[in-house]
Amino acid sequence: MKTHTLSVLVLNNPGVLTRIAALFSRRGFNIESLAVGPTERTDISRMTVVAAVDDDLVLEQLVKQLNKLVEVIKVLELGEASVRRELVLIKVRSDVENRSRIVDTIELFRGKTVDVDHESLTVEATGSREKLDALINMLEPFGILELVQSGQVAVARGARTISERTRPESRTQRALS
Amino acid sequence: MHSGSILTGAQALVASLEKLGVEVVFGIPGGAILPLYDPLYDSSVRHILCRHEQGAGHAAEGYALATGRVGVCIATSGPGATNLVTPLADAYMDSVPVVAITGQVNSAFIGTDAFQEADIRGITMPVTKHNFLVKRAEDIPAAIKHAFHLAETGRPGPVLVDIAKDALSGSAPFVWPSGIDLPGYNPTVKPHAKQIREAAKLIAAAKRPVLYIGGGVVKARGSKELAELVALTDIPVVTTLMARGVFPDSHELNMGMPGMHGTVAAVGALQRADLLIAVGTRFDDRVTGRLDSFAPHATVIHADIDPAEISKNRLADLPIVGDARAVLGLLRHELESNELQDYSEWHSFLASLKRRYPTDVTPEHDGMLNPQYVIRRIGEITGPDAIYVAGVGQHQMWAAHLLPHERPDKWLNSGGAGTMGYCVPAAMGAKTARPDKVVWGVDGDGCFQMTNQELVTCALNDIPVKIAIINNGVLGMVRQWQTLFYNKRYSNTDLHSSRVPDFVKLAEAMGCVGLRAETVDQVDEVIKKALEINDRPVVVEFVVSKDAMVWPMVAAGTSNDDIQIARDMAPDWEEEIL
Repeated sequence: MKTHTLSVLVLNNPGVLTRIAALFSRRGFNIESLAVGPTERTDISRMTVVAAVDDDLVLEQLVKQLNKLVEVIKVLELGEASVRRELVLIKVRSDVENRSRIVDTIELFRGKTVDVDHESLTVEATGSREKLDALINMLEPFGILELVQSGQVAVARGARTISERTRPESRTQRALS
Repeated sequence: MHSGSILTGAQALVASLEKLGVEVVFGIPGGAILPLYDPLYDSSVRHILCRHEQGAGHAAEGYALATGRVGVCIATSGPGATNLVTPLADAYMDSVPVVAITGQVNSAFIGTDAFQEADIRGITMPVTKHNFLVKRAEDIPAAIKHAFHLAETGRPGPVLVDIAKDALSGSAPFVWPSGIDLPGYNPTVKPHAKQIREAAKLIAAAKRPVLYIGGGVVKARGSKELAELVALTDIPVVTTLMARGVFPDSHELNMGMPGMHGTVAAVGALQRADLLIAVGTRFDDRVTGRLDSFAPHATVIHADIDPAEISKNRLADLPIVGDARAVLGLLRHELESNELQDYSEWHSFLASLKRRYPTDVTPEHDGMLNPQYVIRRIGEITGPDAIYVAGVGQHQMWAAHLLPHERPDKWLNSGGAGTMGYCVPAAMGAKTARPDKVVWGVDGDGCFQMTNQELVTCALNDIPVKIAIINNGVLGMVRQWQTLFYNKRYSNTDLHSSRVPDFVKLAEAMGCVGLRAETVDQVDEVIKKALEINDRPVVVEFVVSKDAMVWPMVAAGTSNDDIQIARDMAPDWEEEIL
């Protein structure tokens, strides 16, 4: 399925996450990841939603339904020209014997060692989905004890900010012009 | 009320309702909402004490639909609030402007499973346009102002305001917000001029256009603009269940109601159209039948104030976001300078369908009263100026076809949600709003037994509604499906309500006049008698045949092209005319 990254600006009110999650569930949309956090304004939070949708009309309906929520200020799909990052923390089985090999592997991915003891080593890495999958793949033979990932966050490239950008025309509107 | 006066939250709430011009609220007090009822006692706002919160909710809907203003209902926390869920869901489906105010347990107890606690904000999120939980007295005026604004602007809908008991009993300076602070809420009311011009071009090119008119035109008060558009263009009209009366049924270009139980002319018009001008309607499955064969030849112009309705079910070739009334008015203006196609063949095809397949009374063979005849006579004797309210089921479909639908705001029913039990309380709300009008509820014996307790409320509060119970003793619409699709295995659809309850006695016990008709010659007599009584509610039981069925019918999941006018009988489309 095709994935789409949506940036959603919402009022930082209690219950707003429930509204968005409930909307996805009620309308039967699939979300791959959802990340929420504060923005440069304290009254506004930003969500990054990665949704798996094949049909453009379904995506359009999803965006319209999000826009209908009273506490949603703006919904924008981020295209190719954007920076997307996920964060992963991986606890790998490790001893004196293999520690340096693991550290070498992590460095190839520009990851960091954030914790170490006699039996394990914890890695922090950020990047795209593909890069993190590759890292996980490389660490698997050592034995992954625990793994936790954030949802994706994303921002468009260039100087323009989300609040300056207007919504793209919907497919049905485009059809005419 | 002076700005800045120190008020309790409850006083501020009452002051807010008064500022908004609220005249009537429907509700039931209880522990958490109790602080509100003290200042309400002295207020100009009339409180009607209902017998069940569901009744209060539907009454608020009836009030809203009869006036075009926001209907208000009040309940306490927990079960009081959860009893409002059904009317809120109903109002959400049919876009009815309702504000529900519920008490909540003390804010310190929220989340502890306190006595009569329910997370009503969480519960009603999917069935309200928006909702609020207020925990501080100073936040009450803004929440109420915003709730009313949300309920009545854009696509109308229900809004719930849940208020913690300590917010009602606490005090704060009363500050009425000067404006509306909802940065994420900006409904597009004014249609885009370019879209209107493009629509006019499509209309000018069409040979078989149809105006597919929905409840949005009623909500937008667009009946005058619609009539003017039809007068200019001679484009045939179909009016959905929610839009009955927004264009007169007596007009030759009104093909009637489309859909699962629509007229052959309305269904035929949609199926053979080359252009649908859909305004304030949402391509509901009960109208379209199987989507992939709905209006297969038609280009679609879809105008709605809610952009999410456009292209939700059927891809719109030309979307117009805006107020239905504005769209109709601007279209007429634009079309004044356009030459239209010759519709004479289209008109004669539809006129032939309308003539050959009228909505009529089908005779019964069991010697019992015919329900369609009864409903038609109620309409004929009472006339088009009365307000008619239906329940849900067979009687609703007959009422949709056979009552005199000539004017807007005279037809109330539960369309999207199909809420049995809607009729009696909604009629109560409508009669409260319009005491000058005759209000007839046309209800089934199944529906009536769900909410008839509100007749007590009517009797005690001088709300003289008239309720016709079309008593066939069974859950008629469900039984019809059992007849057609379940081999006449009538599992649990016989209510035995020809024996119990005795509706006349029940009516009398509730302080109403009870009447009954069992034969044809009694029908006119009881209707006239009911119309003469205006000091009390009247309940008229019509004991009718249980075998009458609603025709035409498009079976669920089939194509509109497979509409049947009676069992195994398809209409003759006479396509050669086209």
